[in-house]
Amino acid sequence: MEILVCVKRVPDTAENEIAIKSDGTDIQRDDLVYSVNEWDNYAVEEAIQIRDKVGGSVTVVTVGDSEAEEVLRRQMAMGADNGILLADDAFEGSDGRGIAAILKAVVAKGKYDLVLTGAQADDGAAQVGGMLAAMLDWPYASLVNKIDTGDKSLKIGREIEGGNQEMNEIDLPCVLSIQTGINEPRYVGIRGIRKVASIEIPTYAAADLGVAADAVGPAAARVKRVDYFTPEMGAGAEILEGSMEEKIDKLIELLKAKGGLK
Amino acid sequence: MDFALIPPAHSTFLFIPAFIFYTLLPVAGITFFIYQIVMRLKPMVLAQPDKPVSEILKESPARLMQVLKIWLLQVRQPRYMLAGVIHILLFFGFLILAVRSTELMFVGIKADFSFPFMDGTFGAVYSVIRSYAATWVLVVALMAMYRRLVTKPARYAVPAKYGKPHTAEAVFVLGMICTLVLMESLFEGSLVAAQNQQGMQAHTLAPLTLAWFFELILSSASQSTLQFLHSAAYFLHDVTFFTFLCFLPLGKHFHVVTSLFNVFLMRVRRGNIKPVRYGVSNDQLDNLESFGVKNLEDFTWRHILHFYSCVDCGRCSDNCPANAVGRPLSPRFISIKGRQLVFGRHPFFGPSKVEKAPLIGTTYEEDEIWSCTTCGACEQECPVGIEYIDKIVDLRRGMVDEGMVPQSLQKPLSAIEKRGNPWGKMEKKRGEWIKQLDSEVSVKLLEGGDTTDVLFFVDSITSFDDRMQSIGCATATLLHRAGVDFGILGKGEKDSGHEVRRFGEEMLFQSLREHNTEMIQESGATRIVTADPHTLNALKNDYEDLPPVEHISQFLAKQVRKGLLHFKPSVNGDKVYTYHDPCYLGRHNGVYDDPREVLDAIPGMRRVDMKRCKDRSFCCGGGGLMLFYEPEEEQRMGVLRVKMAEEAGANVIVTACPFCLVNMEDAIKVAGLEGKMEAIDLSELVVAHLAD
Amino acid sequence: MAQIFAYITHKGGAVDDTAAELAAAAQKIDAAAQVTAIVVGAGADLDAACQGAAKLFAQVWKFDNAALAYPNGEVVRKLLSQVVPAGSILLVPHDTFGMDMAPGLSIKLDAAYAADVVAIESLSGTELKVVRQEFAGMAHTHIAVDIAKGAVLTLRPGSFQPEKGAELAGTVSDKSGDAGDLGTKRRYLETVEAEMGDVDITKADVLVSVGRGIEDQDNIGVAEELAEAMGAVVSCSRPIVDAKWLEKSRQVGTSGKTVKPKVYLAMGISGSFQHLGGIKGSPFIVAVNKNPKAPIFQVADIGIVENILEFMPALTEKISG
Repeated sequence: MEILVCVKRVPDTAENEIAIKSDGTDIQRDDLVYSVNEWDNYAVEEAIQIRDKVGGSVTVVTVGDSEAEEVLRRQMAMGADNGILLADDAFEGSDGRGIAAILKAVVAKGKYDLVLTGAQADDGAAQVGGMLAAMLDWPYASLVNKIDTGDKSLKIGREIEGGNQEMNEIDLPCVLSIQTGINEPRYVGIRGIRKVASIEIPTYAAADLGVAADAVGPAAARVKRVDYFTPEMGAGAEILEGSMEEKIDKLIELLKAKGGLK
Repeated sequence: MDFALIPPAHSTFLFIPAFIFYTLLPVAGITFFIYQIVMRLKPMVLAQPDKPVSEILKESPARLMQVLKIWLLQVRQPRYMLAGVIHILLFFGFLILAVRSTELMFVGIKADFSFPFMDGTFGAVYSVIRSYAATWVLVVALMAMYRRLVTKPARYAVPAKYGKPHTAEAVFVLGMICTLVLMESLFEGSLVAAQNQQGMQAHTLAPLTLAWFFELILSSASQSTLQFLHSAAYFLHDVTFFTFLCFLPLGKHFHVVTSLFNVFLMRVRRGNIKPVRYGVSNDQLDNLESFGVKNLEDFTWRHILHFYSCVDCGRCSDNCPANAVGRPLSPRFISIKGRQLVFGRHPFFGPSKVEKAPLIGTTYEEDEIWSCTTCGACEQECPVGIEYIDKIVDLRRGMVDEGMVPQSLQKPLSAIEKRGNPWGKMEKKRGEWIKQLDSEVSVKLLEGGDTTDVLFFVDSITSFDDRMQSIGCATATLLHRAGVDFGILGKGEKDSGHEVRRFGEEMLFQSLREHNTEMIQESGATRIVTADPHTLNALKNDYEDLPPVEHISQFLAKQVRKGLLHFKPSVNGDKVYTYHDPCYLGRHNGVYDDPREVLDAIPGMRRVDMKRCKDRSFCCGGGGLMLFYEPEEEQRMGVLRVKMAEEAGANVIVTACPFCLVNMEDAIKVAGLEGKMEAIDLSELVVAHLAD
Repeated sequence: MAQIFAYITHKGGAVDDTAAELAAAAQKIDAAAQVTAIVVGAGADLDAACQGAAKLFAQVWKFDNAALAYPNGEVVRKLLSQVVPAGSILLVPHDTFGMDMAPGLSIKLDAAYAADVVAIESLSGTELKVVRQEFAGMAHTHIAVDIAKGAVLTLRPGSFQPEKGAELAGTVSDKSGDAGDLGTKRRYLETVEAEMGDVDITKADVLVSVGRGIEDQDNIGVAEELAEAMGAVVSCSRPIVDAKWLEKSRQVGTSGKTVKPKVYLAMGISGSFQHLGGIKGSPFIVAVNKNPKAPIFQVADIGIVENILEFMPALTEKISG
């Protein structure tokens, strides 16, 4: 099976407080470190496992600048066979639809049976996979947490409300967005990345893909981020002050009033 | 020469002269034994290189000393008193009787054979000694059998998942040993009885020896009975002797042959980790196809020798904290499973089965290999010098190379790669803990290219963990009070990588080492001090070309000796303190007495030692990345340790390691001993007792 | 002004809580709008759901089709791309269905798409200004949506306060005949129910819920002791289940259980919307977290800035006397 996995380089926010620049144009990025979007990592692992089971190849693709190449290498070190970097100044400022249009052009250049994306990204809207599928006229399923390969179709599970799993049969080719927990992604060490350091990663610009410059970028975007802001507090909780002892006494009183304690 | 009985060399069996048999038997036995040895050497030849022989020989003085102490004098044996004494008696009995048995072998060919050096006084003295040796060997072999069959010490048991118990093999070999000494004594006793009956000059048998008893019993036996016993004893002795010899390479008794070499080859340095591959320098590592041990052939030849040498005594596992808390690791079975695999792959007859079957998932399991805290208790205990840490690390290197790393460890590893600490905290916050210091304590923050005489290498946990920052503060205070000009690297410091290396991520470790080495050299420091034994061990044993490193307890002990530290009396006079030896301060670096000396310098402090202390200290649960790993276990190591402190009658556990402190404080809560037991770092305790 | 539609999810004949939220959100876009609810399904449940929707919306379009008996994202997208007029604004709940269906629909309708909207600020000309969150709620953004060619918006459940006005009496129109071919390349097979654990957190009145702040598996016991002292049940957020420290049946959130307690103690839970999405019935929420900036303090009634590992044992002791 020929599999394309769309990945994204995102700020690693697990341990870091996100602060907003005073002018609201962006978050403060000076002290951030970047890595591959967590959901995408599961998608690549799943693609590799499918390939190892039924054969074929795994290609990872990202839209970004030369720094995004780092995440492609990391995914190739995991075991993806090929990487493709989509870089063009014209791509900057694209909305989800623009990114999907760029990816559609890449899918058209290859012969893929399956396209995977992460279900969402910390700085995204969980939209590109569904848009790409619609543009390709391929079936789509989101929040996929189980894949059983078949001949012309896949049996997949989707994570839905209540921790339940919605089972579907979906025809190939298709687009799936992958939920965390579907597998246990393998570790990639420095050595793994060094091993793939010299592999050529083709870079395509808008012209290479046959993407019209006015179909992407800010001009084509119908959804634009105006600014970042910190919402007014106020509506939040009443914060209990004082020593631990005092807080506990006050809390117990409140809990009794609200029926939390008999 | 006249013989009271027909000697074996002159006897016949079914009209065939027996000396033919007694010549062929040794020839066949020794030939087969050599064949076995050659076949056992084959996997070692196919294995990876170990330390080059030239380097091993350069370390000969230290190695010969280890042979003298550990092999010949058996100093590790009495750590288990009864088994140890039994073994020492067997071992020396074996050495003594080896000469006699060799002599007897030739007697079957030439009836009056004796070694030239056996004439005269030496021979006479030897004869007495070996008679007693044969006697005590029988006694201790029977005791050993009783232990195996009746007492059954727990450490000999084989859990079902590791296969069948090894009792039969042990009892069979003990049986052969009994047969050997009995037959040898019967051979001699029957002859002396015959000589006495015939009024020939007989040599005096040492009283109360086996031969003496036999002579006593047989003194009035008929000539034919004596002749039969004499011949039969010789025959049985000879057959048993070569059966025994050829049985050795089949199992755990191979140690009889290999232990001498194994002890000579054991580590002479502690605390270090073997290179990824001997003979491959760091800058050539990228060219290696594969890292670590994935298949049997990836072990070094010395590791294969370890497998051969395991005596199955269970001392390693009995001391292994992972085994004690029910983690799926028992070091003994790392060796035994390895041995079974080598034997299975390389049979004595037929071709070797060289198949590339990964060890993980077949012989060893992932969780088994991640369970080790590298505390070193197993290596400290092993009476034949088998090593485990390098094997565990090599297996982990193989797993890391294959991407088989538990999710719980992936996050801290990638955070260390990106931010230099396992929590992914921002680099610029690394030196922020010094803001908590009293204003009078000045610490140079060497972030702007400043230099210093003494560098305090803080490392990640002490820099970032809210609780452990107090160890940093205490250490800084102590250095300041001693008038030391010192600084910290702040954001220029990264994790020392001690556990990164021991968890098998060698390349990440090397990049950390490169970075820190450069920063330390730029700081101009001529000495390094740390409060973290893991850091001490990393800088001392994993890094190169650094100024001397010492732990704060060593620094304090020197101050005490020089009379520079003045204490006020113990502030908690009613408390009983016990010192918990951190593995990487104690076992791996030999610092046992310095911290105790500092504690004992505080007037009025009551201190007891736990039963398991010093080189038998029990790991707190492990540091560094081990804090992130989620093992399968029945209970926590720390909880067991806290209970040991309670048993010792202590109510304050003093440690000298931030990881020990984390684990002890957690364990006190888990064990429900809050309010009854507390834990404190040595540096904190000393600061609290400094005289104003 | 563009026509506004709302896609109604329903179960067992009852419309979901989000239906009223969509109605409220539509009013924020255009207070005078006559909003059309789209209700799809099959059989008697559908009729009941349409009646429910008619109480909230002026018009209700009913689509009855066997293919819609289990409305998976693919088939609903196909239907909506056939029946929603070009240039319309369509509101959809941002749940696992909305995430599945809506992005692709925006392409099919050639409309703008804004996902997981938490507030609607203003409409001026064809620019609709909405609020979204990034980085798990740590940053808020204003988004300008160009609705010239219509828009699909998914709205975060619980973010829009339903209006407490009189019930409407909307008209239900059966539009089933407008639907064309609904065959898709994705077929619903079955729903595998999550395993029921030893306790049912959905029935508990008081929940002691733990998150990342519990730090270690061994500390779960601290929460259990508190719950025992309070006569409460222990629940948790997703990371705790991912770490396998508690079973899945204890998880509160959109990918876990939906709970309706009277009192909810959020212990060391930062408060992602996925987690908050699992708390219904506006309980009295007490949040204890050592990070004063934790988003949970935005939604809690009472906030306490403390380390839960110290706070919980102290509280337990006080309660137990």
